[in-house]
Amino acid sequence: MTYIVKPVNHHPNLEKNKLGLTRRDYEGTISTLCAGCGHDSISAAVIEACYDLSISSDQIAKLSGIGCSSKSPSYFLNQAHGFNSVHGRMPSVATGANLGNKDLLYLGVSGDGDTAAIGIGQFMHAARRQLNITYIVENNGTYGLTKGQFSATNDQGSKSKYGEENVFAPIDLPTMAIQLGAGFVGRSFSGDKQQLVPLLKAAMKFEGFSLIDIISPCVTFNNHLGSTKSFDHIREHNESVSSLDFVPIGKEIKTTYKEGTKVDVPLHDGAMLTLEKLSKKYNPLDKGQAIQSLNEAEKNGKVLTGLLFINPEVKDHAEILNISDTPLNQLAEKELCPGAKKLAKINASLN
Amino acid sequence: MDTKYLFKRHNTYWVKVAVPKDLRKELGFDLRTSLHTHELSEAQKLREAVVEGFKSQIFAAKENLKQSNGKGSVKTFMPITDTSDPQYYHKVVDCQYACPAHTPVPEYIRKISQNEYTEAYMINWESNVFPGILGRTCDRPCEPACRRTRTHEKPVAICRLKRVAADFKDDVSNLLPKAPSNSNGKKIALIGGGPASLTVARDLIVMGYECTLFEKDPQAGGLMRTNIPSFRLPEEVLDAEVNQILDMGLNTKFNSEITSLKNFLHEDFDAVFVGTGAPKGKDLNIEGRKEAKANIHIGIDFLTSIAFEHINSIGKKVIVLGGGNTAMDCCRSSLRLGAEDVKVVVRSPFSQMKASEWEIEDAMEENIPIFENHVPKKFIHDEGKLTGMEFQKVEAVFDAKGNRSLVPTDDDPVIIECDDVLVAIGQDNSFEWIERDIGLEFGEWDMPVVNPTTFQSTHPKVFFGGDAAWGPENIIWAAAHGHQAAISIHKFCQNEDINKRPEPGTNLVSQKMGLHEWSYDNDISQAKRFLVPKADQDVALKSLKIEVEKGFDENLAMEEAQRCLNCDVQTVFSESLCIECDACVDICPTDCINFMFNGPEDEVRQNIRIPALNIEQDLLVSKILPTKRTMFKDEDVCLHCGLCAERCPTGAWDMQTFLYEEAKVYS
Repeated sequence: MTYIVKPVNHHPNLEKNKLGLTRRDYEGTISTLCAGCGHDSISAAVIEACYDLSISSDQIAKLSGIGCSSKSPSYFLNQAHGFNSVHGRMPSVATGANLGNKDLLYLGVSGDGDTAAIGIGQFMHAARRQLNITYIVENNGTYGLTKGQFSATNDQGSKSKYGEENVFAPIDLPTMAIQLGAGFVGRSFSGDKQQLVPLLKAAMKFEGFSLIDIISPCVTFNNHLGSTKSFDHIREHNESVSSLDFVPIGKEIKTTYKEGTKVDVPLHDGAMLTLEKLSKKYNPLDKGQAIQSLNEAEKNGKVLTGLLFINPEVKDHAEILNISDTPLNQLAEKELCPGAKKLAKINASLN
Repeated sequence: MDTKYLFKRHNTYWVKVAVPKDLRKELGFDLRTSLHTHELSEAQKLREAVVEGFKSQIFAAKENLKQSNGKGSVKTFMPITDTSDPQYYHKVVDCQYACPAHTPVPEYIRKISQNEYTEAYMINWESNVFPGILGRTCDRPCEPACRRTRTHEKPVAICRLKRVAADFKDDVSNLLPKAPSNSNGKKIALIGGGPASLTVARDLIVMGYECTLFEKDPQAGGLMRTNIPSFRLPEEVLDAEVNQILDMGLNTKFNSEITSLKNFLHEDFDAVFVGTGAPKGKDLNIEGRKEAKANIHIGIDFLTSIAFEHINSIGKKVIVLGGGNTAMDCCRSSLRLGAEDVKVVVRSPFSQMKASEWEIEDAMEENIPIFENHVPKKFIHDEGKLTGMEFQKVEAVFDAKGNRSLVPTDDDPVIIECDDVLVAIGQDNSFEWIERDIGLEFGEWDMPVVNPTTFQSTHPKVFFGGDAAWGPENIIWAAAHGHQAAISIHKFCQNEDINKRPEPGTNLVSQKMGLHEWSYDNDISQAKRFLVPKADQDVALKSLKIEVEKGFDENLAMEEAQRCLNCDVQTVFSESLCIECDACVDICPTDCINFMFNGPEDEVRQNIRIPALNIEQDLLVSKILPTKRTMFKDEDVCLHCGLCAERCPTGAWDMQTFLYEEAKVYS
């Protein structure tokens, strides 16, 4: 908790984006999460990404379920639309909202409990249906709001704050999402904004289901020796598969990579993702290899991060369902009701 | 608006150029010169000239360095900040650091906001000796330094809050130190009764010294009495604070001008302090000066005559020559003596006038016009009776080094009618009474050679301070000099090494009271600087004795005190506790905090989240952290709001009040 009001003053040299807004204009109310919570770093990364992309807040909807993670949309993008829904039901609400207005950018913010436990069915179907959403899992491996029980993503053998070991095997959300056909799957760490911010920007620009599983240490209940989701553990076992540059349309690619180590992935709107492969073996366009690498890493106690899998060919649910180009919420009676003549014609065709 | 290399501080633009770190030995830390102006366009021109001028110098220095050590490419790292050096945190408290006497400003402002005026007064009295006087007349070097000029706009009205402490204090006579009952047997002579001598007396009397003050005028106070008009500094305020020192047990010899130091040194004193000020006003020897002398007066002499009530009238039309504070006092005094048409005429551009901004404003508020770029050519007279003055119009031109020259324009000479002229174009020292064969060396400008740390002259027994040491400055400097000279005199009399200066007293205390409780008010007030109420002009202009500024009342003082950012509540960082969670980076409203790899200072300054261009402000550099990164905090625009400490899960950041007390002879 923080009781000090964040002063409105900002650095006199704070830069403005294309919309004439500063990063501070994308903030939310002051966080009520524990001091040092990884979720707050993720909020800061979301702010940074939206600022960098010059997205107007009114073009964004923040949707969440229940939990520490799901509180966090209050702490960024004050001016965006938002709905704090029922536990584990964020994907349903997102699906409905998406059908109503497919033009908005949907940020789903969930946690390991909200997604991997109570909401796992909803999560799976949203991925399978290619719901156009940036689905952020703020994954700390623990139930912080109820005093630190193991969650479904907690690693087997990892110790709780009170000393006992977790006896169950974890659910790996990225592996599951890749298997279910998600088009964009990444993993990152709340303490590494250099990786997280470009990943978020790319995910927001991706049309289709994009999952970012973000390891976000719980400083209160899961940041001790023996935990596999602590700052120290993740820093020690983090293995980044790629370094990512997100290049919006019309911008020159500045970073240069050694030949053979670079992969360019064009996105739907003409923007370009440039990946520097840190491991020669790894190919984020190969589904089978991605899953294999994730399995191997798990066996070796490593945490693979970066853009794990991308399928730029994927169609999003609106395209699959052939939904009208005009968002449904903008269609009036005239467009929705074909009229008596048309009805007579249809009826006649049935004869 | 192009403001590169320009820093705006309280309506003033300063030109500063960063010097690459490895060249600082040769070129100094930065190439900030005393180039400052109120006009942006002018500042931009100045900057161009400066940057161009220094380019070749930097280039030459670089070449030199390459040749001399051949390892120009060796990567350097910023050294870890040594926060145990008292000057590091002291420098963060911009106002206190800028104050020559290093008055703990935020400390007394907090006292004012708690209605503890007496305590606030005593904190001031300890450092600057004349809080009531300075609260009205100080040149306020603290205010342009105030952090608010960088984070908001206008500085806290520090000077006027000092006056509040003096205005609302209780009787402090019981709190003031007295001379010990036994003298230590040493006798000190103080020549000149101004603020410097009085400060020396105050500090030495409590140590048991027998101090004797020699003053040519009938009363003590020096320029505070003779040069500052009563409508700015009421006599009773002056008397009260001067008497505080006289009553401590100071022997006084008034109306005793010392005319020969050589003879005086034969008298029975262990040390002599010279605080005779800069009592000689500069004259203007141009055509007509001799003939029209009856109506041409030297500014400070004119003010002195008013103070001792030797003058009570002046002509209807008055020209005041000069752009300093004395000129402002002269023109406003003339109005009160009955002049109807008073004009100030300055050689330089308006923006470069030497007078404090607020004194210029005060004069202009009394409808006194100021003519800039007019160089006086001659006094016009009708058989000895002054009738006017002739001026040549000029234009200020700057060369590559920023040196100014005034070039005449093609305009016709300007003639301004007048009955009296007041010449306020500067002051000189007057040392005719010091013989040159007594072992007291004189240097440039015919000024005594004085050690800038010890204030000792080349005659070991004789010390200087105030304007007598290095020419005209402000009262606050005199007080600062006095404290240092007192230390030297004490060490000299006790046969100690006077070059060994005492360390300042420092104290660093955590303000954390509970999980989310801090014992200082960390709300950032968004209020604008409050204006000091003034007396009705119709009434004020009728008398020399009516104080123009009425001072803040208690409510206004409270509001103004809230504007203080508490810069002395330091952000203290403990590397061993930091888990690098980034919470402080994310929450800091002014993006001061950065975690990144160390490198040369120029690179670090460029690469942090928001480049740290204000090289006058330090970066707090941590030890290397477990991820091999270093924490860099740019002190420049830190609001001291405490959010970093509030959001830190491990207490690696803490808010700690830093009290810095400049050493006094008795501490």
